[in-house]
Formats: sequence, C-alpha cells, structure tokens
Amino acid sequence: MKVTRRDLLAGAAGAVVLGKTTRAQTRTPVDPTKVRGAPTSAMGQRAPTATPQRLVRGNISSTPHQDLMGIITPSDLHFERHHAGVPEIDPANYSLLIHGMVDRPMVFSLSDLKRFPSVSRIHFLECSGNLGRVAGPETTPGLLAGLTSTSEWTGVKLATLLKEVGVQPKATWLLAEGSDAAVLTRSVPMAKALDDALIAYGQNGEAIRPEQGYPARLFLPGWEGNASVKWLRRIEVSDAPFMTREETSKYTEPFANGTARMFSFQMDARSLITYPAFPNTLAPGWVEIKGIAWTGAGKIRRVEVSTNGGATWAAAELQEPVLSMAHTRFRHLWNWTGGEAVIMSRAVDETGYVQPTRAELLKLRGPGTAIYHMNPITGWVVQATGKVIYKQEPWG
Amino acid sequence: MRRTATLWGATLSVTVAMTGAALFAQAPARFGFGRPATPQEIAAIDSDVMPDGRGLPPGRGTSAEGAVIYAAKCAQCHGKTGTEGPNDILVGREPRTGFVFAQNPELPHTIGNYWPYATTVFDYVRRAMPPTAPGSLTNDEVYALTAFLLHANELIAANAVMDQSTLAQVVMPARQYFVPESRPAPPKPRP
Ligand code: HEC
Repeated sequence: MKVTRRDLLAGAAGAVVLGKTTRAQTRTPVDPTKVRGAPTSAMGQRAPTATPQRLVRGNISSTPHQDLMGIITPSDLHFERHHAGVPEIDPANYSLLIHGMVDRPMVFSLSDLKRFPSVSRIHFLECSGNLGRVAGPETTPGLLAGLTSTSEWTGVKLATLLKEVGVQPKATWLLAEGSDAAVLTRSVPMAKALDDALIAYGQNGEAIRPEQGYPARLFLPGWEGNASVKWLRRIEVSDAPFMTREETSKYTEPFANGTARMFSFQMDARSLITYPAFPNTLAPGWVEIKGIAWTGAGKIRRVEVSTNGGATWAAAELQEPVLSMAHTRFRHLWNWTGGEAVIMSRAVDETGYVQPTRAELLKLRGPGTAIYHMNPITGWVVQATGKVIYKQEPWG
Repeated sequence: MRRTATLWGATLSVTVAMTGAALFAQAPARFGFGRPATPQEIAAIDSDVMPDGRGLPPGRGTSAEGAVIYAAKCAQCHGKTGTEGPNDILVGREPRTGFVFAQNPELPHTIGNYWPYATTVFDYVRRAMPPTAPGSLTNDEVYALTAFLLHANELIAANAVMDQSTLAQVVMPARQYFVPESRPAPPKPRP
C-alpha cells in the first residue's frame, strides 16, 4: 500500500469538519508501520491522545483520579491548594532558617540540605477539606475527592536538621513558615518533627514541582496537607503552639457539643471507587471495580466493596505493595447483569478503624460543621441504562 | 567471566575488611553543613506573634486611625463595615451566647464570634494582607487595623490603644470553646 500525504492528513480533514484541530488528529498516520516515527527527544511527552488534566477551581486544582492507574500520582497531576499563588523561587537564593529554642540558629542552603543523608518515601498528601459536600449526580471522583495524591518524596529528615541545631529540652512545638505571598504558617508538635517529618526537595525522582513547594517543603506523613508547609523558609522552635490563622480561624472543626477542635492533624482511613464512576457508562457483563484507599494511621488492612447499596460487603483484592500512609489500589470483580445497582467501598486500616458512614460522622459533628476531616463512605449509582452517577446523600 | 567474578569478590571482601568501620559508620553528632544564622537575618524575617504577646513589635494604633486605613486598603474586599464581603466576613458577634457553629451552617465565622486569639489578627494581617501588596503595612498601621477590627467586633473600647502590652490582654469570647485534638485513637470512631 502506498501511503499518500492525503492518507496521512485524513485525520486532519475529519478534525476540521468537526471543528476540532488537536495535534493528535492532525499528525496521526493512518498506518504507523509505513512512516518513520518521531526522533529521540530530550524530554518525553504524554501521548497527545491521553492527556488527563487537573480540575481547576479558583485556588484549588484536583487530581483526576478517574484517569489514573496504580498508586503514584503523576507529579503534574498532584493536587494544588495555595493561598497566594505559586511563588517563583531562585534555588540559588533559597535558604531555610532554623532558630528559636535551639543551641545554634542555622541557615541551610538548598545544596546544604542535599548534603545531609537523604530518605525517599512513598506517601499520600491529602487536604483535610477533601469532600465535595453538596456534590450533584454529575460528580467525578476527582471532583469528589481529588485533593489527595501520592508521590515518592525525597529529602532530609527534619530530625537530622534539629539535631544539627540542637533543640533545647523545653521545646515542644515549632512554627513552619512558607515563602509564598501568604507567608503561610502552621505549628507542628515536636514529637512529629522528631518522628517522621521530612524536608522534601524531591518528588517522583526529580525536583519537587513548584506547585508542591519547590525548592523545598515540610512533609508530615499522614497529616492534613495544610500543615506540610510548602516553599519552607523558616522554622522557629518554641514551647507552645503559635495559634496562626490557619489553625484557628481555619482548619478547626466545630462540634455539636458546642466546642471547636484544633490540631486534628491525622487523616483517617478513606476509600474511593474511581471506576466505574461518573461519567462512565457500563455494558452488562464483567466489570472490574477499581479504586484507592489510604489512611494516616499506617497501612490499609482491608477494603470492602458492596454492589447492593451496603446490604452486603465483600473483601476487595489489594494491589501490592501496600505501603504505610500511601494510596493503596483495590480491585473487585463484579458481574453486572443489568438493573440499577449502588456500588460503595469502605476501608479498614491496620488499627482496625473502619471508614464511617456520612450519617455516623454528622451525628457527632453536626450539620454546620466544617468540611475538614470528613472521610465518609461514598458510592456510585449504576442506572439500568448503564449510566453511572454519584450517589448523592443529604448533608444534615 | 567466572574468574573475573571471583577476583572481584576477593577484592571486595578485602576492601570491606579494611574499611568496614567507615562503611558502616554511625552518623556523627553533627555534620557541620549550613552556617550560623546572624541575629540580624533572624530579626529580618522573624515576624510571628504568639498568643501571650511574644513577638509583638514596638508601635501603636487606635480604631479611629485603623478606620481610615481600612476604608482605603481593605473595604473593597471585606466590605465597608467588615460584614459585606465579597471576601471573608471579618465582623459579627452573633450568636451572643453559646457556640452553635455545628448546628448552624449559615453562621459566618468572624473575628468576633470565632477567633480564639486577638494576636492572630495582628500576625495574619501583617504577613498576608492586603493580598495585592502583602507585607506592605507598617507596624503602626497593623496595630491600628487590629484595633479597628477588634472594636468593630465590640471587643475593645473605641479609644483603646493597641500595642505591645495591650493586644495580648484582649479576651476573645470564642477562646473558651476551643479544645485541642481530642479524638480517641483509632480503631475507635473518630469524628
Ligand atoms: C484584594 C482583596 C482583599 C483585600 C484588599 C484585603 N483582603 Fe483580607 N482577605 C482577602 C481574602 C481573599 C482572604 C482569604 C485568604 C485565604 O483564605 O487564604 C482574606 C482574609 C483576611 C482575613 C482572615 C479572615 C478569616 O476569617 O480567616 C483578615 C483578618 C483580613 N483578610 C484582613 C484584611 C485587612 C485588614 C485588609 C486591609 C489591609 C485586607 N484584609 C485587605 C482579600 C482581601
């Protein structure tokens, strides 16, 4: 067969007719075995026909879980939440100051940070406000719970740096401060700082992305994302929390008993079915229900799936490796024979904690409570036609 | 191939025997990376304020002075009286009794009804407001704006002067309702 230029451009013609001229359509040969392919390149690109996007809403962008596989979130699809934009920081001018109740106040450049022994760990990072509270039927997994992502984080243990500066015995808290235009601050208990906190400068094998805190950020495994201060420029060691705006006016949870809780850091077990979900349409037959589960308490022990609205539950298969405080992939084979069905998932973590229902949470929290730390079981309705929509539930 | 491997193995074991101590060395007490921070460079960016007043800079301001700055630099986003928006509502004392935010989703969270510490107003405004020119206000201006916002929330008298010693004394009505992390450890249900 002779490949003509006309054949090569057939896609383009079609695209013009449809009024869509994407790069993919204009350049895809009809038969790729008959044309020499693209040369090597300094930086790879996604297949032009597979380019998932974050869902952008104001100063938030969420991970499109419906488009992803495995447990690592591609760095450029890691969710974003920032309070005054993504700062542009010259790594040559970057420095981290550690001072306060320490024997030796010190300044570390980026190359200083990289000289210390490094560690790499795969962990999720989740915003504590990660639930579309009043989500309509046309809610995708990314819109419902796209403010959680998993990366391999590389950096120096904060404990290593604290040893270097000599933390004084009376110190119990520290303040972490970012160098964005919000100069965002959060107080962190010393116990966490000395346990598993990282100063991360790497993400998935390369420099951390600007949206995730380039050139270096605090990373607190399993804790609410806001406390893992990005673009970290200063740590002040002290003997009390600082009561910043982000830990008083925000990131506190009012309770039905007339109190508000501060410093609820740990993210609890949660699961999310990412397929089938809106906007999928199913054909009767075998369906692999897929999703992710995660917990700030450690490892996911079990994920259960229901295909009958919670009447019965079956254990899903967990994909190895099951890592501590990381997204864990689950799968469950289901033969959909037609007719309406409600599919749901619930996570059980290594402590035995079971992901609660929305009603259980709201009973204790009250209908006006903040959206922070809401990890209810969520589900999808497979309609008789095969169309899948979000299973809406009343808030209060 | 095999001989090379054996040879390599022998060389390796000799090397390990000789440098074993170095290969498996304990981390030192200190690495000595980084440099000492000078008091000047700490002072240049150490702007945080704690609830007991630690960190408050010299300076002063009153509500009347703050009202002028507020009208010029804040009202367009927070409303003429701090209640109109479009951005965060800063003023309001309702409900005057109890702390019913969990029951009433409509209730705005304001400085007057929800903020537990007055020092946070100073700290936050100084670092982040106005978003169009963050960090541009003088300490006197921040004291004056803090006085304006506290007075508008009926927390201080009209003529009260806010400064290094008075601000941390202001009693916030919401303070008594804030509790630290109280969730039982998992596996117990954790609301
Ligand atoms: C351009 C609009 C704009 C201007 C001008 C502005 N603000 Fe704000 N302000 C905001 C936004 C937006 C937020 C919320 C920021 C966030 O959540 O990160 C905010 C938050 C605040 C808060 C915290 C509210 C809360 O409940 O947590 C205070 C206090 C505040 N502003 C005071 C001021 C003062 C004082 C000025 C004048 C110096 C000012 N703002 C000027 C937009 C503005």
